[in-house]
Amino acid sequence: MKTRRTSHVLLSLLAYAVALVMFFPILWMLLTAFKTEQDAFSITPQLAFAPTLESFRTALEQGSGYWHYAFNSLFSAVVSTLAGLLLAVPAAYAMAFYPSRRTDFTLVWMVSTKFIPAVGVLIPIFLVYKNLRLLDNLWGLTALFTAMNLPLLVWMAYSYFKDIPRDIVEASAIDGAATVQTMWRVVLPLALPGLASAGLLALILAWNESFWSLTMTDHKAATLAVYIASFKSAEGLFWAKMSAASVLTVTPIVVLGWFAQRQMVRGLTFGAVK
Amino acid sequence: MAIVELKNVVKNYGGRKAQGPNAVDDFNLTTRDGEFVVLVGPSGCGKTTTMRMIAGLEDLSAGSIRIGGRDVSDVAPRDRDIAMVFQSYALYPHMTVFGNMAFALRLKKLPQAEIEKRVREAARMLDIEHLLERKPRALSGGQRQRVALGRAIVRQPQVFLMDEPLSNLDAKLRVETRAQIIKLHRSLGVTTFYVTHDQVEAMTMGQRIVVMLDGNVQQIATPHELYAQPVNTFVAGFIGTPSMNFLPATVGDDARSLQGEGYRFRAGDARAAGLAGKAGATVLVGVRPEHLKWCGSGDAQAANHLAGKVDVVEPLGSTTMVQVDVGGQRITAQLDSAIAVEMGQPIALTCAADVLHLFDAQTGQALGLPAQA
Repeated sequence: MKTRRTSHVLLSLLAYAVALVMFFPILWMLLTAFKTEQDAFSITPQLAFAPTLESFRTALEQGSGYWHYAFNSLFSAVVSTLAGLLLAVPAAYAMAFYPSRRTDFTLVWMVSTKFIPAVGVLIPIFLVYKNLRLLDNLWGLTALFTAMNLPLLVWMAYSYFKDIPRDIVEASAIDGAATVQTMWRVVLPLALPGLASAGLLALILAWNESFWSLTMTDHKAATLAVYIASFKSAEGLFWAKMSAASVLTVTPIVVLGWFAQRQMVRGLTFGAVK
Repeated sequence: MAIVELKNVVKNYGGRKAQGPNAVDDFNLTTRDGEFVVLVGPSGCGKTTTMRMIAGLEDLSAGSIRIGGRDVSDVAPRDRDIAMVFQSYALYPHMTVFGNMAFALRLKKLPQAEIEKRVREAARMLDIEHLLERKPRALSGGQRQRVALGRAIVRQPQVFLMDEPLSNLDAKLRVETRAQIIKLHRSLGVTTFYVTHDQVEAMTMGQRIVVMLDGNVQQIATPHELYAQPVNTFVAGFIGTPSMNFLPATVGDDARSLQGEGYRFRAGDARAAGLAGKAGATVLVGVRPEHLKWCGSGDAQAANHLAGKVDVVEPLGSTTMVQVDVGGQRITAQLDSAIAVEMGQPIALTCAADVLHLFDAQTGQALGLPAQA
C-alpha cells in the first residue's frame, strides 16, 4: 500500500516536470511579451520585472499590419479547411464504403506524401507557383494549405466512416436513399464529431503553418507567421515585440482549442458511433 | 406482395474472372405470392449471400432475379421495393424511433399526415408506441428488434427480407418474437425471405424451407417433407433434434432386409424400391431418435431390431435421451421417461418399418424416395 502511494507521488512529480518542460517556452514567451526590450535582452534572465504593454502597443500599431496578417491567416486557415473537408469527405466515403483492390494502396500513398519533408518539394512548387503567378497570392497559399492537410483529412474521415457499421449504410440504401442522401442524412450526422475534430486539427495546422507562408508569400498574402518573423529584421532582433506578436498570433487558436478540447478529445479517441 | 423468382443465380467473389468455388451455385426458386421462405444452413453455406443478392446488396455473377415479374438483377436496392431486417437491426443511431421508421417514407416524400399514420399504425401493431420519441441506444435488444421490424413494415414493400433477426435475442424473447413475426406475416401476407442457421426456427416459421450447404441448395421443401423425406444425409442430419442416427448395413439377397453388427432392419414398402439391385451392397440406414422404441424381450424377433449397451442417460423430464453403443457405434434414442434405464445395462430397441430412411453409402443421396413433384 505504502509503495503504491510512493510510486503514485513519484509519477505525479514526473508528470508535472514533463508538463513544465513542455510549457516553459510558452511561459517564457508570455513573460517576455510583457518586458521591455532591455529586460528581454538581459543576459541574466529576469523573473521579476515591471510588466509593460509597450510591446503589444508596437505590435498592434497602425504600421505593423497585424490585422492584415491576421486576416490572411484566418482566411487561408478557414478556407483551406473547408475546401479540404469538401474534397476529403467524398474521397474517404468512396474508399470506406466502396473499396476496391487499390483502396489500401491509395490511402497509404496519400499519407506517404506527408513523409517527404516540405523543403524537398519546395523548388518544384515554387517554380510552378511562379509560372502560375501564384506567389504572394492568398488563394495560392490557401490551395497549398488545402493540399497540405488533405491526406490527413482523408485519413481521419476514412477511419470515422469505417467505424460506422456497414449495415446502417445498407439499410439506408434499401430504405430508398441514393448515395448522396445516405451520405448526407445518415453517415455525416454520425461522423460529425470525428469530422469536426479533423477539421479543427486542419485549422490549427494551417493557422500555425510557417514554412510555406515564409517562402511563398512576401507581404500581400503573408500570414501571421511572416508577421512574427518580421521582428527579426535588418535593424535588429526585437525579442519583446516578437514575443508580443507571437502571443497575439497564438492566442486565437489557443482560445479556439480551449473551447473545442472536449470535442477534439472525443473525436480523436473514440469511434464516431459507439 | 409479389412472386420472387431466382433463376440459375450464381455468386462468385473472385471478381470478373470467376475463381474458386461459388459462394452460391445455381440457385433456383420461385416463391408463391405471400409465401414465407426460410433459407437455412450452417454458417458459410451461402444463405445470407443469397438474401443479399435479392436485396441488391450483392451483384449476381450469373442468373437473374425477378420480383413481381420485373427483372431486378441490375436494379439498385432502393428501387427494388423491398424491406430488410438486419441481424444487427442497423437502426440509425442519431434518429428517434419515429425517425427511424419514417426515414424511408420521408425519402419517398409522402405527405406528413400519411407518414404519421403509417408509423403510428405499425408502432401499435408492434407495441412500441410509447417508444417513438426515444433514440435506439435507450432501447433494449428486444425493443430495437421490434423497431427494426416496424421500419420494414411501414414501407409496405413487395418483399420482406430478414437476416437472422432473432439471433441477438435471449431464448425467451426469441420464442415470443418468432410468434410475433409469424403473426405479422399472416396479417400482412407479404412474401418473406428469412435467413437462419437455427433449424428449429426454420421448421416453425417456414412455409417452405431451402436447406443450403457450401453454396448449393440441398433441398427445397415444406417442413414436413424435409422431416419425412430428406433427400440426403446432410438434410436428414440437419433437420430434427437430436440428429438422425445413421448406421451402415448390408442389403440382403431379398433386396429388402438390412443387416449390421448388432442390428437388423427390414425396409418398409415405400422405400424398398430403392434397394432393388443392391443385394450385397452397403447402404446407410437412417432412423430418428424419436422413432426408436424400447423393445421388451418378447419382441426379440422384431423385423427392426437393435441391441446394445446403454452409454449415457439424459433425463429431460417428459422423455429420456439415451445414448446406446450398438456394435461399436453410438446412436441416440429418445425414450419414454417411464422406462427406467441405467448406464451400462443391455438394451434392445425397435422401430416401425415406415420411419426408416435409406441412403447411398457413397453419395449420401436418399434411396427409394417417391418421385419429386
